[in-house]
Amino acid sequence: MAVSEVMPQTSPVSAMTPAEQTPILELRHLHRWFTKGRQRIPVIQDINLSIQPNEILCLVGESGCGKTTTGKMMVGLLEASQGEILIEGRNRQSYKGKEKSLLRRELQIIHQDPFASLNPAHTVEQILSFPLVKHKLVKNRAELRKRIWDLLTLVELTPAADIVGKYPHQLSGGQRQRVSIARTLSVQPRLIVADEAVSMVDVSIRIGILKTLLDLRSRLGLAIVFITHDLALAKYFAWEGRIAVMYLGRIVEIGSTRDIIANPAHPYTRALLSAVPEADPLITRRKKPLVLRSEDIPKLTDIPPGCAFHPRCPFFQPGQCDRELPVLSPPPGFVQEVACIPLQGDGTLTPYVE
Amino acid sequence: MPSSKAPLLQVRDLSVSYQTRRGNVRAVSNVSFDLYPGETLAFIGESGCGKSTLNLALIRLLPKTAIIESGSIRYRKRDGSIIDVQSLNDKQMRRFLWSECSMVFQGALNAFNPVIRISDMVYDTAAAHGMNKSEAKDRVMDLFTKVRLDGGRVFNAFPHELSGGMRQRVLLAISLLLNPQIVIMDEPTTAVDILTQRSILDVLERMREELHFSILFISHDLAVAAEIADRIATMYAGEIVEIGPVDNVFYHPRHAYTFSLLNAAPRLSTEKEELHSIPGSPPDLIKPPSGCKFHPRCSFATEICQMEPPPLVAAEDEPLHSVACHHVDQVLASQRR
Repeated sequence: MAVSEVMPQTSPVSAMTPAEQTPILELRHLHRWFTKGRQRIPVIQDINLSIQPNEILCLVGESGCGKTTTGKMMVGLLEASQGEILIEGRNRQSYKGKEKSLLRRELQIIHQDPFASLNPAHTVEQILSFPLVKHKLVKNRAELRKRIWDLLTLVELTPAADIVGKYPHQLSGGQRQRVSIARTLSVQPRLIVADEAVSMVDVSIRIGILKTLLDLRSRLGLAIVFITHDLALAKYFAWEGRIAVMYLGRIVEIGSTRDIIANPAHPYTRALLSAVPEADPLITRRKKPLVLRSEDIPKLTDIPPGCAFHPRCPFFQPGQCDRELPVLSPPPGFVQEVACIPLQGDGTLTPYVE
Repeated sequence: MPSSKAPLLQVRDLSVSYQTRRGNVRAVSNVSFDLYPGETLAFIGESGCGKSTLNLALIRLLPKTAIIESGSIRYRKRDGSIIDVQSLNDKQMRRFLWSECSMVFQGALNAFNPVIRISDMVYDTAAAHGMNKSEAKDRVMDLFTKVRLDGGRVFNAFPHELSGGMRQRVLLAISLLLNPQIVIMDEPTTAVDILTQRSILDVLERMREELHFSILFISHDLAVAAEIADRIATMYAGEIVEIGPVDNVFYHPRHAYTFSLLNAAPRLSTEKEELHSIPGSPPDLIKPPSGCKFHPRCSFATEICQMEPPPLVAAEDEPLHSVACHHVDQVLASQRR
């Protein structure tokens, strides 16, 4: 049951995904706003995304960029204000009755804080049996026991006998997060949104949990949406997948992880990548961070016109960036899609001079 | 560099225990280290390894349930006189804090009183140390400029009016108000965004160059430690298991634990990488394992590791690099492969 020590291979589990063309989840022109008095605060604006079965997609960005809101809308914990969510090519609204309850099972989310998301008064056995009983996934007690046992083995909480009777406070942070992963898997999901799933656990055991998730993905054919603010972690986890960089509610760059990490295009992505310190003294000292024109993130109530990044962008082009809304498309010389007007001209950027 | 100057802070055999119903938790165990003028020493290790307890003990901010069992903390003042921090009375201790050694905590909001303005916080601190208002204001305004804050806006603001990054920079500025020789920083960039972290690190670097204070830096983020530290001390189960210059520790770790920690940290600059978690979790400090406390989780462990605790000794070929491990040769050899 040991997780393979190498990272999973590129080849998807093709046997499990015959309908390669139909994405398991598609977001079309998705918007979400919250209202405060008469004011409308746009949190998500015009997001278009599709996720294939068995795919890994990473949503990265700073706090307040809409990563979590997007994740919640994906699994149906939050309604969209405008736009469509298609599941296997069908609008979510068209799912009714039994189908709708199946949908609930198939799209799951792992929350950031395993202490808050597990009921402290319930044992691990109780925590794992509720979803199984509720969704009638087991016929009798013996089967329930066996399923719980299997789930714990699947997330490498072994020996299971030592774990089932414990309460969350008797487990370490990493073990707790594994219990929430087991709970998520209990209902046989096809897509999991992992929202900062390892940011609360120690660095020393993060990789173990991520490997378990990656291993489950290749064995069970899961699609995983991984939400994180940690770019190095995103790179490691989504090496075989894609990254979408978000800024103030919009996707500003999306493409394969390798392309984005090796050759970031959008000024915001460049700023992020160049700002991250590295666990390597020489490399981190030599890094030249891209200096922004302003350190303040604009408020969501007052999003700048045109490209929302323009007041901070060192490559700002007056008359263009502050007027036109950039659209996602691959600029000359790049493979990934980028929402940046100057870049889409000839694939280069010129510093802004005041 | 370090060996040429006299140390600013000398900690010897420091042990701290917390008294709990289940028994004594030895959170810091026989820790010795020196801090030199102008250097940054970063403590790394998993949560619960004793980093924060150690640093709280240095400024006597431990909770009541903690007792310092043994050890000495000697501090050299600017005039060259040496004081024993533990023998200071309360009044002397209050003087010592801020003007000799200040602290920047993690989660900047908790470090503020939410109902007083930044200006009052500055004045209170200054008044407690006999600095008058106008002098305090001049000095803090200068510091605000240095940490790239708009002094006019920040000075009269309440803490909630500032963003997380601004609050952290305000704390940094105030910590330098009385020109201390040492600043203790406990995870100052945890829970802030990437670009905010970058600006805090840049500001810190600049301030350090201008004002030449020493930093005791506590972080679980190896990348931040790699960038900011001159020396690294790895802590495990309350002990310093390895201490040495940052490049030595990162490129040639000699302790199996440091080596494992580095192997668990993802990097951006490398291609696809092989990472490994450290199996198990840190030990229960009420009943720590015998011998080397890391042996139950260590892939290099042999019989001797269960029997004898390895002493922290300087490496023969690298006198500035000390390590407490029975299998330094094997740890180094495994890196050459």
